[in-house]
Amino acid sequence: MRAASQILTESFLDVRAKLLQVAATLDRIDRSADAEGPLSPAAKGQREQVDAAIEILLSGGSDRAERLQKLFSRDYDSNWRQDMNL
Amino acid sequence: MDYIDPHIHMVSRTTDDYATLARMGCVAMSEPAFWAGFDRRSVDGFRDYFHQLTDVEPKRAAQFGIQHFTWLCINAKEAEDVALSREVIAMIPEFIECPNVLGIGEIGLNKNTKNEATVFLEHLELAIKFDQQILIHTPHLEDKYQGTKMILDMLCDDSRIDRSRVLVDHVEEHTIGEVLDRGFWAGMTLYPVTKCTPDRAADMIEQYGGERLLANSAGDWGPSKPTAVPDLIFEMRRRGNEEKLTRKVVYDNPIQFFSQSKNFSFQPRDSGS
Repeated sequence: MRAASQILTESFLDVRAKLLQVAATLDRIDRSADAEGPLSPAAKGQREQVDAAIEILLSGGSDRAERLQKLFSRDYDSNWRQDMNL
Repeated sequence: MDYIDPHIHMVSRTTDDYATLARMGCVAMSEPAFWAGFDRRSVDGFRDYFHQLTDVEPKRAAQFGIQHFTWLCINAKEAEDVALSREVIAMIPEFIECPNVLGIGEIGLNKNTKNEATVFLEHLELAIKFDQQILIHTPHLEDKYQGTKMILDMLCDDSRIDRSRVLVDHVEEHTIGEVLDRGFWAGMTLYPVTKCTPDRAADMIEQYGGERLLANSAGDWGPSKPTAVPDLIFEMRRRGNEEKLTRKVVYDNPIQFFSQSKNFSFQPRDSGS
């Protein structure tokens, strides 16, 4: 496995660019909300998901990608076969 | 490095793509039946499609030294029409003995509905009846986690299913562990936006090792890149991973999995040398 420092150095510009893309998108949304009115309820839910995702990015651990995927997933109910009568 | 793309929809690709894939090391491919971008209106539409998969595409691939294999089914998206699905399932045996057919696929779920699950279970019955391997499509985006677990429930509830003969495709970080833990093969689809990038696929290979793990491009009619598997090979090499680990995922594993089908008559490029 490569050293953590090497991975970070190699990825730094790519990560920087992606973070800037997210920041600029959030800025664009906020500018529009200020000018055109607040988010719809559905869009507000999406924005809350984005905020929750950013919190995951700021947290520790080596499973952020998996936790992000689950954040953006529908819940699973183990009784689905009974519920569908299948 | 020679490689096999285990899941690529060549009916959507140009002949130039075949030439490019051959030049990049693709020696074989398997093409599951899927959605054509529109809902077909009759069983004859599928009959023509299966003719394309079992006769036309193998010849097109052979022009470039690529061996073409396929899987048959009505895909999850069109499976919402249960009546049409049953007509297609009844027709599949007409093609099941064709020399490039590896099994039933890509069956699965799309929006995780009762109709989709009903048709999925009926495909399982077909596979069991004809002793076929199974290739499975898992849903996209927010439906993937729920749908993958529903699919695993249905597979694991049936003791007749041999898990070592089932490939669960389109796994990502939140589904790969359970698919492998339950004894199935797992496929990572390298697809922009909705599935997995070569970087993330390389991460998963490093985390889980190469056992029962495959990588494919999907290469369908949507935004996709048919040469995505070579991108993964390059990323693995760039990171300094051992060539044998990469080769296991992109070449040895497809051969090992497909060899469980009696129709997998693959001839390695260096055979006899």
